Amino acid sequence: MNDKNNLQKKTFIEQNSLLQNLFGNELLKFKFTIEDDDIVIFENEKFLEVMGVLQNNKSLKFETLIDIVAVDYSDYEISEWNAKNANNKGYSRGVKKDSSGRYTYESSKTHFNQPKKRFGIIYNLLSVSSNTRLKVKFYCEDDTNPSLPTATTIWASANWYEREAYDLLGIIFINHPDLRRLLTDYGFIGHPLRKDFPLIGNVEVNYDLEKQRVVYQPVTIKPRVLIPKVIREVLEKEDKNA
Amino acid sequence: MPEIKSFTMNFGPQHPSAHGVLRLILELEGEVIVRADPHVGLLHRGTEKLAESKPYNQSIGYMDRLDYVSMMSNEHAYVMSIENLLDIDVPIRAKYIRVMFDEITRVLNHLMWLGAHALDIGAMSVFLYAFREREDLMDCYEAVSGTRMHATYYRPGGVAKDLPLKMPRYEETKWKTKKDIDKLNESREGTLLDFIDNFSDRFPKCIDEYETLLTDNRIWKQRTVDIGIISKERALQLGFTGPMLRGSGVAWDLRKKQPYEVYKDIKFDIPIGTNGDCYDRYLVRIEEMRQSNKIIKQCVEWLKNNEGEVISDNNKITPPSRDAVKEDMESLIYHFKLFTEGYCIPKGQVYSAVEHPKGEFGVTLISDGSNKPYRLKIRAPGFPHLAALNEMVAGHMISDVVAVIGTQDIVFGEIDR
Repeated sequence: MNDKNNLQKKTFIEQNSLLQNLFGNELLKFKFTIEDDDIVIFENEKFLEVMGVLQNNKSLKFETLIDIVAVDYSDYEISEWNAKNANNKGYSRGVKKDSSGRYTYESSKTHFNQPKKRFGIIYNLLSVSSNTRLKVKFYCEDDTNPSLPTATTIWASANWYEREAYDLLGIIFINHPDLRRLLTDYGFIGHPLRKDFPLIGNVEVNYDLEKQRVVYQPVTIKPRVLIPKVIREVLEKEDKNA
Repeated sequence: MPEIKSFTMNFGPQHPSAHGVLRLILELEGEVIVRADPHVGLLHRGTEKLAESKPYNQSIGYMDRLDYVSMMSNEHAYVMSIENLLDIDVPIRAKYIRVMFDEITRVLNHLMWLGAHALDIGAMSVFLYAFREREDLMDCYEAVSGTRMHATYYRPGGVAKDLPLKMPRYEETKWKTKKDIDKLNESREGTLLDFIDNFSDRFPKCIDEYETLLTDNRIWKQRTVDIGIISKERALQLGFTGPMLRGSGVAWDLRKKQPYEVYKDIKFDIPIGTNGDCYDRYLVRIEEMRQSNKIIKQCVEWLKNNEGEVISDNNKITPPSRDAVKEDMESLIYHFKLFTEGYCIPKGQVYSAVEHPKGEFGVTLISDGSNKPYRLKIRAPGFPHLAALNEMVAGHMISDVVAVIGTQDIVFGEIDR
């Protein structure tokens, strides 16, 4: 497994001589690791320097920031289905109660996976001039108040992507010029894409006849998941055409 | 009375030219815009959160509802990301069908855009012309998937069904005589491919008609030339893709530069603009329709001459045939597993992008080895475009806001997600 990973690590950077050059020269002074074969992780303190190099390098210019993907890893690899006992009457009930689709706001999540870092942010870069893509990732140091420096000074398109990440996952981008909520309602509370935010939400709107206006009230629907999340053995190449 | 220098105006969210539910807070100085602050999210449905709670296949339908005027292109990016993570192959015929429908979708999208954009800045008749052709293409959607808009036609491993051998026909009613109906059904006598072929024969003439109405039209030019100029460098900096980037003179098209499916075997050109104004983007999109038409023609040609499977026979991912389910134990098990639990995707992360009619539509899919996406991030092309609205309208007159919103081809399904 390790050999395979090393091989891919090699190919990812060696695939493209321009990338190889960039990592061999200008990015050499920064410590980096590679995750999932094609994501480069840097340390947070060097955020602006690394991004600056990526945007300004002479041979390989990443002119465009295509996307920012923020991820909450607190539910990673947690399965909802663990039927352990089986006898002649059937299987034990396997569904866990506090998975993200099932709990309500009051009964909020207790079982957290303890990832090394809870929030990761992937910057998806594109170089139009040399037709190369690169994914750069940073992990937020603090799990309760996750933050990163803003990239708006480097790519203008980061503005709304960061606002979105703030809105949906509660990541604070330091020195962002205008860090307001973007997609959720005015006065919304919580960050919906966090894994501890219930799928059914916590408030609903209703028209109150007496008050003659729209009011917020706690959700009245019950959480319901039809298909539990299961983690099974990865499909092997050879039974692909079984 | 003190003289009021600048004032703030609310635009939308129910304004007909806001293309859906855009709310703009405009700061004006007289009739000149100082600042525009778009308030989005009125159509936020939490697609990404919903997808996290469902097996992979059940979210394909949500993709149609993102950019609801180019449905199949959205599906394409999603389905492709699943295929990339699973590392499965798509039959060649399915690839051609996908390319053909991607291009039909592009024409659908550009027709909708052209009609709405022209209507917004004062030309009513183009809308009627554009919708005449849209109707035929909608019928193609209906013929393959059963619905006119939200097709759910692309599936991981191929497409849901092969192209039908019969095109649905109009029936006689008390409002239409047999003679009228026969005329309407003239192009529908053969298969779907014959119908599309017939369409691609007459479509260039239709584009000429739109161009007669607009390209040299004095009013059209007054409203679009030199409005919302974006330079090459600025367009890249702002994350523009698709016609918005090409209008500024950057020859960037994923179909050419990072070809997927069978685009590398197909001949077409990328039109680019020079000034980066609304008029250039209009010309780019018109030319794109002509190029799409060429691609459709090539696909029809290939599909007519080549038979084959349209979906992978890996029954862990794709449902087995109905007959097999009734006779074969294995198939029954696969069928049951697929429709109750779905399939698990190996741990990993992938970004798949397609050249959507509006730009680069990408899907970042993160899997933790389960049967549901761990994180699905949709990169909607309209999102960075709308983010640049402030920059594009500042200094223009208030009536130009409508022209700029139109030229950006904004659809809120994808921006708000």
